Amino acid sequence: MLLLLLGIIVLHVAVLVLLFVSTIVSQWIDGNGHTMDLWQNCSTSSLGSVRHCLSSSTNEWLQSVQATMILSIIFSVLSLFLFFYQLFTITKGGRFYLTGIFQILAGLCVMSAASIYTVRHTEWHDNNTGYTYGFTYILAWVAFPLALLSGFIYVILRKRD
Amino acid sequence: MAPGAPSSSPSSVLAALLFSSLVLLPAQAIVVYTDREVHGAVGSRVTLHCSFWSSEWVSDDVSFTWRYQPAGARDAISIFHFAKGQPYIDEVGTFKERIQWVGDPRWKDGSIVIHNLDYSDNGTFTCDVKNPPDIVGKTSQVTLYVFDKVPTRYGVVLGAVVGGVLGAVLLLLLLFYLVRFCWRRRQAALRRRLSAMEKGKLHKSGKDSSKRGRQTPVLYAMLDHSRSTKAASEKKSKGLGESRKDKK
Repeated sequence: MLLLLLGIIVLHVAVLVLLFVSTIVSQWIDGNGHTMDLWQNCSTSSLGSVRHCLSSSTNEWLQSVQATMILSIIFSVLSLFLFFYQLFTITKGGRFYLTGIFQILAGLCVMSAASIYTVRHTEWHDNNTGYTYGFTYILAWVAFPLALLSGFIYVILRKRD
Repeated sequence: MAPGAPSSSPSSVLAALLFSSLVLLPAQAIVVYTDREVHGAVGSRVTLHCSFWSSEWVSDDVSFTWRYQPAGARDAISIFHFAKGQPYIDEVGTFKERIQWVGDPRWKDGSIVIHNLDYSDNGTFTCDVKNPPDIVGKTSQVTLYVFDKVPTRYGVVLGAVVGGVLGAVLLLLLLFYLVRFCWRRRQAALRRRLSAMEKGKLHKSGKDSSKRGRQTPVLYAMLDHSRSTKAASEKKSKGLGESRKDKK
């Protein structure tokens, strides 16, 4: 049982770390010499010596992506605290519903953020130069099924001893 | 005065402080508040708010004046005046028939609405309030920006989404727990009434109560199977609570 508990906690912490990296580092789009993330737009000059960073545009869709990523982090952290709280206070045979619900909500938030970004990213950056999706964009999409998995595990997990 | 006596007594210090506060700090001053910037779309209308704080009561002679200084110009023209309960609107200038008075001196509000905005309305508007005898004070300025389409301010959507979703989730949780609490209370009341009835039956019959005693758990089970098993397991697990923690 201890192994199962440890595995579940490791999964939850992994989801949390993915969410944090995806939001903070957030190199969601990588052009040549020009990276874009949720919070600022950085471009290196052709010489590679100077790096200019401007804050991102005030587009509503970009703001909603930022908001849902922050929400997913909040829900995941709340879910972790709730897990430890419920571990010590729930009755025998009880299920970790609240923890699971919050973790599933976090997963849904990441999914909506990544989807909105995928559909609407042309509105706030020009795609004249070639671009590819950065690694943190992939991390966000990886975090979504992991969060859902973690949430479902919490919902079907029963406290027993 | 004797050479050894102190030069000032406490009462005179207090008097000096009071006098200086009356003279140095303006006891009568009017403070005017407006927005700093206002954004408007072409063709729509925009409200210019103006409010004030005055140390005197709002008298009937209170007056509001709005002045307009076009962007890049040096002079300001007066476009609106309110005095003695009567608004006077610009009827000859650029704001002809476009200004509407929506303020109320009783509520310390001197706001106006400008309809049908145009690009030439870009500029600075100054609100000047005089409340006799309180007439000394600073005016306040608001800058109007006219756009094709009003851009959303940064953080408005962010704050709205985060706040809205969190608030909704908390509200739902609260509702859920409230409903569950009320339902549990009703269950407990029903159970108490049933046990009271059973006790009454025992008293009346006075026969072998063990059979009746054995029957009552069955009655509870028929009423609500899941809750009774949970309650029974709760009673059992409370005793084992300590050992559970040790094992973990």
